[in-house]
Amino acid sequence: MFQTTENKMIRSGLVEPDALLMGSLDAHLEWNKPCDNIFELEMLFNRLNINALIFSQPAEPYRSIIDYLAEASNGTITPNDCETRTFIHDLPVAFELSPDAVVPLLKKRKCVIVPGHGIITYGTVGLEQAYVTFSSVCFACFVKFFVDFLFLTRKRQADQKLGQVFVRVVQALDPPVSFNGSLTKGPFKSKKHIYEAIQEAGRLVVEHRLVDSYFGNISFSDGQTLYISQTGSSLDQLKDAIDPCPLNGSSCVPITASSELPTHLKIVQHAGSRAILHGHPKFSVILSMDCDLENCGCRDKCHVKCPHERFVRGIPIVSGEVGSGPSALCNTVPKAIGEHQGVIVYGHGVFTAGNTDFNRPFKHLIQIENDCRAEYFNRLRLYSK
Amino acid sequence: MIACARLSILTPDLRLSKLDMKFFYGKFSPNPRDTDALNMYGWHGKIARIDLTQRSWRVEVPDIGILKKFIGGRGLAGFYIRTSITLEWNHPQMPLLLFTGPLVNTRSPTSGRMTMMSRSPLTGTVGDASVGGSFGFQLKKAGFDGIIVSGKSSQLCGIEITDNDIRIVDASPLEGREVGAVNSLLKYKGATAVIGPAAENGVLFSSIIVDGHYAAGRNGIGLSFAAKNIKYITAKGTHKTNVFDPAALSSAKEDVFRLVAASPVLLGKFGISRYGTGALYDLMDARRMMPTDNFQKTRFDRALKMNAYAFKKQYAPKKTGCRGCHILCKKTAGHRASMPEFETMSHFSALLGNADIHTVVNANRICNDMGMDTISAASTLACFSEIMQRKLAPEEIVSLLTDIGKKQGVGAQLGRGAVKYAISCGRPELAMAVKGLELPAYDPRGAYGMALAYAVSSRGGCHLRAYPVSHEILRKPVATDRFSFSEKARMIKIGEDVNAVADSLTACKFIFFAASLEEYARIYAAVTGIKTSAQDLFTVGDRICYNERMMNAANGFTEKDDDLPSRFFSMAGDQNSGIRIGPIDRDAFLTARSNYYMARKLNKSGMPVSAVARNLGLGPIEKISDVSNHRK
Repeated sequence: MFQTTENKMIRSGLVEPDALLMGSLDAHLEWNKPCDNIFELEMLFNRLNINALIFSQPAEPYRSIIDYLAEASNGTITPNDCETRTFIHDLPVAFELSPDAVVPLLKKRKCVIVPGHGIITYGTVGLEQAYVTFSSVCFACFVKFFVDFLFLTRKRQADQKLGQVFVRVVQALDPPVSFNGSLTKGPFKSKKHIYEAIQEAGRLVVEHRLVDSYFGNISFSDGQTLYISQTGSSLDQLKDAIDPCPLNGSSCVPITASSELPTHLKIVQHAGSRAILHGHPKFSVILSMDCDLENCGCRDKCHVKCPHERFVRGIPIVSGEVGSGPSALCNTVPKAIGEHQGVIVYGHGVFTAGNTDFNRPFKHLIQIENDCRAEYFNRLRLYSK
Repeated sequence: MIACARLSILTPDLRLSKLDMKFFYGKFSPNPRDTDALNMYGWHGKIARIDLTQRSWRVEVPDIGILKKFIGGRGLAGFYIRTSITLEWNHPQMPLLLFTGPLVNTRSPTSGRMTMMSRSPLTGTVGDASVGGSFGFQLKKAGFDGIIVSGKSSQLCGIEITDNDIRIVDASPLEGREVGAVNSLLKYKGATAVIGPAAENGVLFSSIIVDGHYAAGRNGIGLSFAAKNIKYITAKGTHKTNVFDPAALSSAKEDVFRLVAASPVLLGKFGISRYGTGALYDLMDARRMMPTDNFQKTRFDRALKMNAYAFKKQYAPKKTGCRGCHILCKKTAGHRASMPEFETMSHFSALLGNADIHTVVNANRICNDMGMDTISAASTLACFSEIMQRKLAPEEIVSLLTDIGKKQGVGAQLGRGAVKYAISCGRPELAMAVKGLELPAYDPRGAYGMALAYAVSSRGGCHLRAYPVSHEILRKPVATDRFSFSEKARMIKIGEDVNAVADSLTACKFIFFAASLEEYARIYAAVTGIKTSAQDLFTVGDRICYNERMMNAANGFTEKDDDLPSRFFSMAGDQNSGIRIGPIDRDAFLTARSNYYMARKLNKSGMPVSAVARNLGLGPIEKISDVSNHRK
């Protein structure tokens, strides 16, 4: 029961192998290993209507980032990235690891950060849910830390302590993504080949840490049907998690398709692209949120209606929210993608597209992320002068 | 005081005529406080107790502690029915309860629903149905959080509720009239809740139809109307519901809207907002768990011709929905006729082996007009079909439904539901029901959480108590392994708690495909001013569910009733299309059920425990009234 989740979390760099504590309650409470804190954590199961719990120090650089943000907070960290705004809202902080400190916060949110100790998340439908929340907390804090540091540096308000943490964090970053290989080349002869190509691309995107498992989606259209990853699917585990979506709308099977299905469909219609990747590479998200316009009338609405044409190294940045509705990204991304390598959605992620297979969109996803990462440090140097 | 009114009603040949309708209320004794503003937030703090025998009514002001413990809707109705639950369903003192919740008549998302409850005539369990439309909204606007009807009218009557006023009127001219016709006559009176001929003729799975479209379908709650000689209840009012913190409500509402917009199931291109709940039809086919031929198979080979897309092409339905909802999953076509919901689509096609789309629409129309639950009706016909060992032709489906509603021919037997009919034929194993309630359109062999949820549901074969379809099929909030019982016991318990809260606030369960109690705790706090959290609300849900288990236990329900028909443990479903749907492992099921009892803090036999009941504030456990009571 625990092994799958543990493997995922270690593989994605969220935790160190020995740090992870997981509990699961059905009729009886089970833990993945013995631990000194077991008694206090068992009290969480007694006091909360939950069936799974994860408690762990995150791995570096998340640990330094989260500890810093938590200690600097007044009890709540409020990231502004899309995932957090939509699904988690904000991140509560407890300043001691005790049931009395933690339970009141977990009564309201699915996670709590305890600086110096780690992150506690829970699930009501199993460990997977606790894992997703844990991963989301790490992602949200990472993005917030880098966005805030760039902003404060530009404002010349970054203090020495923050600077020291930043140096430590940067030293712990993964190296820039590199990929010299090739994905399966199209055109694909059959549905089976399409499924295999989607699974291959999904697996590579995760392996190169261009997304965490739950952040992203992927599709391929053969002209009649668009095959797309299901909502809430791990991109590295897409076997049995791809929905066929008939382009004539004759079946509702894709009711379980990714929430970005409307965007994928419109990219197919507008740009004629057939292979589409959507991930949440961190520096692309971070840089999309860096804006030096002072006194902008839409300052708090960047994610839904930024009125400015923005680019980073030639890649358009657009606003838009998840799913459907007038302010959804399905109204902005398909128009913007045009001849560009891809599109960055404010505080959210990147869409790339290709015509025959996933080689072009995958390489562009890497290129955009690496460009954004380089541009981040360029801007930092510029603002530091 | 005697008052008279004139009302136009439809004669059987559909020509208009004028008939006198006399009010016959005699001892009206409204409490002087009934027009006072109680300065509450969320609730009005007023429950009307109507005694049809005495023809009187009074206002009861519930203690705020009770409201906090049970909220409203299903929870509060469960609290009030508890002391009477061992009475026979048709005993004059068996109450009929219609309850709204604190979120109703506010700007809270999907807050237009309400609960109707009594003891189920069909099953003997606690019998409730959550229903949409505008009745809850109008009842709240009329100034009441709920009404409790007891006694029995001496003749067929209507109850008309307006601002702080309740009138009981003669409805005998409407005797035998179909729902649509009655609803047309009453529309100007506000929201309507109407029974059809089926309830008047004693059909055990009779429904109540709200606003002509929205069914309080399950458990035979329509017959509870008929038992009291009520043909209809209307409600209309002008009261506002006080909201403690409108800004906090707006903020929480925005968060919910954002989640709903991100939900493929709700507002997605193939979601229920566009296609209605029928959007699930293709998915059940794709997952090979569409109950077919009375659950003998799990795949209907003509499903692709009977899906929501086919209905859309054929009937071009329009969107509508409950008051206070922006999802608008209800579909109507033609002269505002209801389009069939998913369960109806599935059971009147696959379950009966019927591939005629018009028959599905006709069957839905007949059930609505007669006032019958479509799930139970179709399932009973499927049972009949298997016992008779022949497929029912489309025209036979239609004629049998009419016979059931009119209690004529074999319809009189079928109107007792699948279980009683199958028993009468000596084939009890062919009734696909739990605790006497016929199963809906998710085959339990294709989703083991659903199997467990059916078995332990406090109102019998119901998918909505725990609704594990959310994670087992729709992948929300995350996907779980549908072919495993691992971890499912507590998931089902938690799911039941969540939905008990949803039914009590009240909010639509569908929105919990996207939102959670985290957001709704903020909404509840913003509306009522009561500081709370998601986990606090879970405790309320736990209390509501335990209360229902206690009531069923008092009526003799035991672990033997927490079970599935034997077919699901012995017969495989679809085996030929990539997904093997095997029989459910009996031992694994029993282990999961034992685990559920532990998670729910019942004893090893699934019976409530005094200490737990006391901790939940539910008082002592009632003695079991009569072990065989529920089987009557």
